[in-house]
Amino acid sequence: MNARIPSGTRDVLPEERAELRRIEAALLGVFSEAAYGEISTPTVEYQETLQRAGAAATPVSYRVLGELGEELALRSDMTVPIARVAASRYGDADLPLRFCYVAPAYRAVTPHRGQPREFLQAGIELIGADAVAGCAEALTVLCHSLQATGLKDFYVGIGDVGLYPSLLASCGVDVGASEAVLRALGDRDFVGIDREVAALNLTEDQTAMLTEVPRLRGAAVLRDQIEQPLAGALSGIRDVVESLDGEVAARMIPDLGRFPRMGYYSGAVFEVYDPAVGEPIASGGYYGDLLGRFGMAVGGVGFAIDVDLLHAALAGEERGETGR
Amino acid sequence: MNRFGLTIAVPRGALLGGSLDALDRADIDTSEVRTNDRKLLFADIGVVTMRPSDVPTYVEAGAADIGITGKDVLMEHPERQIFELADLEFGHCEMVVASEDGPDRAAEALERLGVMRIATKYPRIAAAYFERSGRQAEIVTVNGSVELAPLTGLADAIVDLTATGITLKENGLVVREQIASVTARLVANRVAHRLKAEAIEEFAALIAASAKPTSA
Repeated sequence: MNARIPSGTRDVLPEERAELRRIEAALLGVFSEAAYGEISTPTVEYQETLQRAGAAATPVSYRVLGELGEELALRSDMTVPIARVAASRYGDADLPLRFCYVAPAYRAVTPHRGQPREFLQAGIELIGADAVAGCAEALTVLCHSLQATGLKDFYVGIGDVGLYPSLLASCGVDVGASEAVLRALGDRDFVGIDREVAALNLTEDQTAMLTEVPRLRGAAVLRDQIEQPLAGALSGIRDVVESLDGEVAARMIPDLGRFPRMGYYSGAVFEVYDPAVGEPIASGGYYGDLLGRFGMAVGGVGFAIDVDLLHAALAGEERGETGR
Repeated sequence: MNRFGLTIAVPRGALLGGSLDALDRADIDTSEVRTNDRKLLFADIGVVTMRPSDVPTYVEAGAADIGITGKDVLMEHPERQIFELADLEFGHCEMVVASEDGPDRAAEALERLGVMRIATKYPRIAAAYFERSGRQAEIVTVNGSVELAPLTGLADAIVDLTATGITLKENGLVVREQIASVTARLVANRVAHRLKAEAIEEFAALIAASAKPTSA
């Protein structure tokens, strides 16, 4: 008998489970040292609750009907459930709140692409902290926790969701006309960015700035002499990086073109890259409005590490892979 | 490995010549790729060769840092998480709707049957195009020699890529509508784009269509 399981899911057998357990323990050790309390939330929630995060959030992919006909869904991340918990159970508590978790989440896959439907995430949410100080704390915990697992060669790309829209606004481009450029930017389609910026009919200097900025990335960006309005737009990233310790700051790659297509992020956004893995192994950022949708008018910052990808990165580094 | 430290996915087929000319501008010795059409991996110069439609797969997974493929492939797979860095301005083609010469069978089918049958290797581009223009189209996916479909009655029209129009003409088909212009594009893996930023920028500048050929 060989009973199947759905594509994108898998069984974890003792040898791998033991390795994952060591990684989880290392991550949770750092989270707990930084005063983050571990929490669990239900795997299934009301669809309505998860969708309260808005159309911009990671889409909920698996819906089920309960025995009474209630519309339930599997969570697509832990940030929305934790926002729900914070708003409904900690409304009067002293801020900031610090939560951490290790839990599976569920997302839709494209067939035949080797993507997981169910994946294990480990992360933190820091709720009600100042945006800059909160991002600095989250980035520090992120780097320390990855180091604690033994990961060495990773870097953190840091962008700011508001950067490019503020540059467009400074050039006098209104929200409606910005849409096509921002869509190309979200796809990192540089040919499309050049085409859409040209279509805005701006001055030569403005066109040059708007087409060059999405290409700017790397530590040198913060060191270079930068003129207004870019210098002002860059302050979101600069303030966070400058409040980090040297060792953590050294892992930052400022990325001026980062503009996530989806998500509830509204300030700094970050992603972890390791040369041994072709996709980001962790991501996070600042969200200003998410808790407000649950009636708690504060911002938050958090990140989620994909534990399976982190495991792959550790194995890759062990084999000496530094980008093949 | 090449001096950039980049693994480069190069498309075989119609885009191969232009791609290798572009690599030559970056001083990568492509002579072995030009003479050996069976070998797939050229480790000395960091080049892997494959079908154009496989380039996004390799680049997305990080099996290649950077690659060259047609805009048609990128349009057909918009969900691929890769970055489109530059238009390399070779491999010019048109994505067109074509049908048999004479009265347009597709228009007639739409009028009398309310739907037209379209054969194509690009089901998503075709479906999106007819949806945009508000016409009901039944898409039939075929894997090659799309021109055969209208001649045998499999479909009323085709959506396909044409460079010169010669194959269409020889099979008695005429272009009815232009969907898009297509050229070769440089694409990058999103992790490599950050971690190998300098190498990618230098490489992209050298192979850009506007770059001067290196003195041979």
